[in-house]
Amino acid sequence: MMTLRAFDARMLMAQRQGKTSFYMQHMGEEAVSCAFRKALEPGDMNFPTYRQAGLLIAGGYPMVDMMNQIFSNEADPLKGRQLPIMYSSKERGFFSISGNLGTQFVQAVGWAMASAISNDTRIAAGWIGDGSTAESDFHAALVFASTYRAPVVLNIVNNQWAISTFQGIARGGSGTFAARGLGFGIPALRVDGNDYLAVYAVARWAVERARRNLGPTLIEYVTYRVGAHSTSDDPSAYRPKDESEAWPLGDPVIRLKNHLVRRGAWSEERHRQAEAEVMDSVIAAQKEAEKHGTLHSGGKPSVRDMFEGVYAEMPPHLRRQRHQAGV
Amino acid sequence: MSAISGGVFRCTAGLQQKYGRTRCFDTPISELGIVGTAIGMAAYGLKPCVEVQFADYVYPAYDQIVSEAARIRYRSNGQFTCPIVIRMPSGGGIFGGQTHSQSPEALFTHVCGLKVVVPSNPRDAKGLLIAAIDDPDPVIFFEPKRLYNGPFDGHHERPVTPWSRHPLGEVDAGHFTVPLGKAEVRRKGDSVTVLAYGTMVYVAEAAAEETGIDAEIIDLRTLLPLDLDCIVESVRKTGRCVVVHEATLTSGFGAELAALVQEHCFYHLEAPVGRVTGWDTPYPHAQEWDYFPGPARVGEALVRAMEA
Repeated sequence: MMTLRAFDARMLMAQRQGKTSFYMQHMGEEAVSCAFRKALEPGDMNFPTYRQAGLLIAGGYPMVDMMNQIFSNEADPLKGRQLPIMYSSKERGFFSISGNLGTQFVQAVGWAMASAISNDTRIAAGWIGDGSTAESDFHAALVFASTYRAPVVLNIVNNQWAISTFQGIARGGSGTFAARGLGFGIPALRVDGNDYLAVYAVARWAVERARRNLGPTLIEYVTYRVGAHSTSDDPSAYRPKDESEAWPLGDPVIRLKNHLVRRGAWSEERHRQAEAEVMDSVIAAQKEAEKHGTLHSGGKPSVRDMFEGVYAEMPPHLRRQRHQAGV
Repeated sequence: MSAISGGVFRCTAGLQQKYGRTRCFDTPISELGIVGTAIGMAAYGLKPCVEVQFADYVYPAYDQIVSEAARIRYRSNGQFTCPIVIRMPSGGGIFGGQTHSQSPEALFTHVCGLKVVVPSNPRDAKGLLIAAIDDPDPVIFFEPKRLYNGPFDGHHERPVTPWSRHPLGEVDAGHFTVPLGKAEVRRKGDSVTVLAYGTMVYVAEAAAEETGIDAEIIDLRTLLPLDLDCIVESVRKTGRCVVVHEATLTSGFGAELAALVQEHCFYHLEAPVGRVTGWDTPYPHAQEWDYFPGPARVGEALVRAMEA
C-alpha cells in the first residue's frame, strides 16, 4: 500500500512536470487491490479497471516497467500504444486495460468458464467501479456467471464517485451494489474496502469458493476516492472540499498501521523508516525509467512499431501504408 | 439458440451430441455476453467459435468486437490475443425484412484488427471456416443465408437447385482449408470485371449470361484483408469494373473497392467504376425483389460499363 501511495505521488508529480500526458492515482483505495492480490495464486487472472495498479505492485511487477509505460518511452513494454497506466501483464495475471468501461467484467467470466472447461483450478477476478455497473457488460457478466456457475470473483469497487457523478445515479433504487448479485442468485458480500485485513479475508473466502468450483461471488468494496478522477479532473467543481478532507472510512494505511502497532507487530519508527525506504525504491525506479525517456523527451518507441501487432502477420495493405509513411 | 437442434439454420446440428456440453453449448440471449465471454475464453487460451443468430443482432456485441477483440493483441503487445470466430447468417432474398436480411460487413471492414470473410458456396464455407478457426486473429464470418440450401441468382420464380446437384456443393469430408485473404475468379472474361461476394456471385453469373457480356467475375471471399492483386490484375486486363453487393450503397464495402480500383487502375479504366447495391433504405418486406439487386439491375450496369 505504501509503495503504491509513493508511486502515485511521484507519478502525479511527473505528470505535472510534463513527463507524461495523464495519470490516475489510488489515494484511499490502496487496500482494495493490494490486499486482494495477496489472496490469489500464480496463474489466476485479474480483469482490472484503471484503478487497481496495486494488483501489479503487490504482485511484484517491476515498477520501472510500469513507469516506462507511463512515460511511453523506448522501453515501454507496450511500445507507446496505450494511454499511461493502461498496463498489461499476462505473466502476473493482469489483463490488458481498456479505456471502455465495464468490458472487462464479462470477459473475466469467459476466462473463468474456459478454466472450468479445461478442468483447471485457476480462477478469474473481474473488477468494475460503482458508476460502470450501469453498463450492460455488468449485467451480462452476472447473467453468464450465474448461468454457468463460473469460477470467478466479481469485484465492485464503490469509491462513491464516478468522475463527477455520485454513486446514487448508478445504484438507483437498489439499496447497495452488492444487493444486485442476489437478483442473479449470486452470493454477495459488502466489505469495508479501507480495512486491509477485511479485504484480504473476504478475498480469500471468495477465491477459495471459486477454486472449489462452488461458483461466483460478488463483492462490493466500500471505499472512497480521495483524489481527483485523473489529472484531467478537478473535484472542486462538483464536491465540497471538506468531503475528501474528512476521508470517509479513513486512510487504509494509517488504519493498518495503528492496528499492527496496537498488536505490537509494528511501530511509528518502523513506519517512518518504511516510508523512507519505499520512497527511495520508487525514486530509484523512476530514475531508471527516465533514462529511457519520457513522453516528450529522450528515447521513444519507433514509428515503425505503430504498424506492428495489429494482426499476427502484417497484411499487404498495412505494409503498403507503412511504406507510404516512410518507415 | 438450441444446441440440441442445431440452431435456427441447423448449422450446428449434432455437434453437442458428438462433442459434449463443454465444447458446444447454448448461451443466454446476450450478444454482448456471447462475444465478451468468448474474448475471455480466448484470453485464457481456447479458440471459441460463436454464433450470432442473425447478423442483424450483432450490434449489442459491437463494442466488445471493436473496442476489445480487434485491439487486444495490439494494446497488450501480443501478451493477450483474440483468436475468436463470430459466425452469423447475413443477407436477404428471404422476405425477412429489416431484422433478418442485413449485410453489415462494412461496419467490420472499417475496423483494423478484424478479418472479414464471406463464403459463397459450401466448399469455401468449410475451408474458410477451418482457416478462420485456425487464424490467430478475430474473424467475422458471414454466411449468406439465402445460399444455405443452394445457389441463388436472383430468379426467385425458379425452383432452388440444391447444393447436392452443384459442383461447389461437393465438399471433401476430410480436413482442408481455403486461405483467408485470397479471392477466386469464378468466371474468366475479358470485357468487364465484376467484384462480388456471397449471393451476388450467382446474380453476377446470371447477369453475364443474360446480357452475353464476357464478364470476369471475382468472388472476393475475404473482404479484409483484401486480395488486391487479384482485383488489380483483372481490371487492368478488362479496363472496366462493376461492384455488386446486397448491402446499402452509402459507405458500403463497394465504396472501398471503387476507391481502390480507381487508385490502382485509373489509367486502364475505360468507364467509371459502377456499383449495384441495396438501396439506402431499411430492408423492406413486401418489396423484397425491388430491393434485392437482381440480375436485371446488374445486367444494366454491365451494359453501361461496356457502352461508356
